[in-house]
Amino acid sequence: MKPSVTPGVRLGQVSFVWRPWIVSVSLLLAAATFLVFCLSIGVGDFPIGLPQVIATIVGRGEQVDEFVIMDLRMPRALAGVVVGIALGVSGALTQSIARNPLASPDVLGITNGAGAVAVFLVTVSGGTSAAIVDSVGLSAAALMGGLGTGLLVYFLAWRRGIDGLRLILIGISVSAVMEALTTWLLVTADIRDVAQAQAWLVGSLDDRSWDEVQVAVWGALVLLVVVTTAAFQFKPMHLGDDVAAGLGVRHSAVRAVLLLCAVLLAGVAVSAAGPVPFVALVAPQVAMRLARCPTPPLVASALVGALLLTGSDLVARTALPVSLPVGVVTAAIGGPFLVYLLVRANRR
Amino acid sequence: MVTQSVTGVESESDHASRLAARGVTVGYGARTVIDDLDVAIPPGVITTIIGPNGCGKSTLLRTLSRLLKPSKGTVVLDGDDIARLRTRDVARKLGLLPQAPVAPEGLTVADLVARGRHPHQSWLRQWSSDDADVVERALAMTGVSDLADRPVDALSGGQRQRVWISMTLAQGTDLLLLDEPTTYLDLAHAMDVLDLVDDLHESGCTVVMVLHDLNLAARYSDNLIVMREGSILAQGHPRDVLTAELLQEAFGLNAKVIDDPVGDRPLIVPIGRTHVQLD
Repeated sequence: MKPSVTPGVRLGQVSFVWRPWIVSVSLLLAAATFLVFCLSIGVGDFPIGLPQVIATIVGRGEQVDEFVIMDLRMPRALAGVVVGIALGVSGALTQSIARNPLASPDVLGITNGAGAVAVFLVTVSGGTSAAIVDSVGLSAAALMGGLGTGLLVYFLAWRRGIDGLRLILIGISVSAVMEALTTWLLVTADIRDVAQAQAWLVGSLDDRSWDEVQVAVWGALVLLVVVTTAAFQFKPMHLGDDVAAGLGVRHSAVRAVLLLCAVLLAGVAVSAAGPVPFVALVAPQVAMRLARCPTPPLVASALVGALLLTGSDLVARTALPVSLPVGVVTAAIGGPFLVYLLVRANRR
Repeated sequence: MVTQSVTGVESESDHASRLAARGVTVGYGARTVIDDLDVAIPPGVITTIIGPNGCGKSTLLRTLSRLLKPSKGTVVLDGDDIARLRTRDVARKLGLLPQAPVAPEGLTVADLVARGRHPHQSWLRQWSSDDADVVERALAMTGVSDLADRPVDALSGGQRQRVWISMTLAQGTDLLLLDEPTTYLDLAHAMDVLDLVDDLHESGCTVVMVLHDLNLAARYSDNLIVMREGSILAQGHPRDVLTAELLQEAFGLNAKVIDDPVGDRPLIVPIGRTHVQLD
């Protein structure tokens, strides 16, 4: 019976399960993401070849390339990777917590909540909203809107613990209200404000500055450290609350921490790129199938998210006749995939 | 068939009860299900809680396993108040199988049983050769080694229940709490699972379970706890406890209790309205 039980690896005090397939898939995904990241940096009015891009990133490039790459293009490319990772992990966490593949930050109201706040601030002119935008910026205000909505959904869904289906139903309801609010604001607003609001609503990586990207990178890093720490305690929770409790897991505390991390990661993504749709929903599902895991794998989900977002951004800027915001392309890839998932579930 | 428990650790205290409830009151919200109840689980035997639907038998089991927190009273595990112990330390002493657990689609038997090692692992030490050995023994003991690579959701109900018991065994405790381990199983598979429970008892485990079927409870347990409306009506060996009067009082069931023709336990023959010839 030796081969059936997964072998372990021991390195001093550290030991872990050795799953060569997942490790290889993750390494391939990381390599592919790095390649797309470099290609994406090379593309533009001043094209730079792949070797020069890589040379510049490792610090051995020419000065001209260095300025274009590090100062102009790096923030956008890095934002793509960070937003993709944040959305992938956020989606993997929400889907695991709800034990339902349809749970994602989109469904839980975070995206629509952020959108409603942003549109409100753009379209409703007046002292207060102008003051808010001036003092904290549109992205930060939208981030607060997303977090507020996410927490509202969490507390409304709380009833002696969190039930996945209840969380999703309340998330969908609150999302719908936020979406209705957004539509109402757009219909009644001045046509010039509508254009600005619409541009924000699709999600885009255009014109990222180092300052904006740095906030996202540090925020995501801190949250990923928390998630990695808590992930070990989360493993038995895929078997249900009672089994997890029987195995010595304080499931309510672990879930509250991880769901908060998921909401915050989605918030980081929204503040850096606007509400990019479908990445959080699709990335964990693709990662599960690639890594052949029964539950969304965190590392692979993060990498699929990064690859999908940087890849979509590259496609949006190069393959199409007009330059589109990245959100349009992720929706175009994510939408059909969601349909595919649902059709597959129907046939079971 | 089985000569030692999975970890090979013998029960430390054979005299005093290892698990007991003292004056516990438990409820859901404002509704009280169990009011001021005392019970002690004798070591080394199979104890089965029986009673009509809604009498609080699952609530009692969940309270004993610290899944439910009593509003009054304490549950005592090896002399300590279970609420004051770290839940991880409790998980190293007490294994629990909740009612009708569900595994994620596609999870293999070996991976599910491996999760039973969780209380013995840490962030840095997530898998060791000890873990692999214990999991292999747990798989063998429950007769599911051949299924190790199969997804749990592809198994039959009886096999699946064996796998879940295997996971509970991999936890390496000699105190097992099983909440209706035979739910959704036909009689043959129910017997099969209870034979396995009896093997575990033979290997030195103390078992507490909730069962619906009274005759199976009588056949497989050494100690019965009969509940009604949140309190204990009777407790003891099936031969001493199961009488026609008690069944009438606890379940409102009109029945005759006879000697089991194939065993040394009482057999309950329910008397319905039709097809009955009473002398």
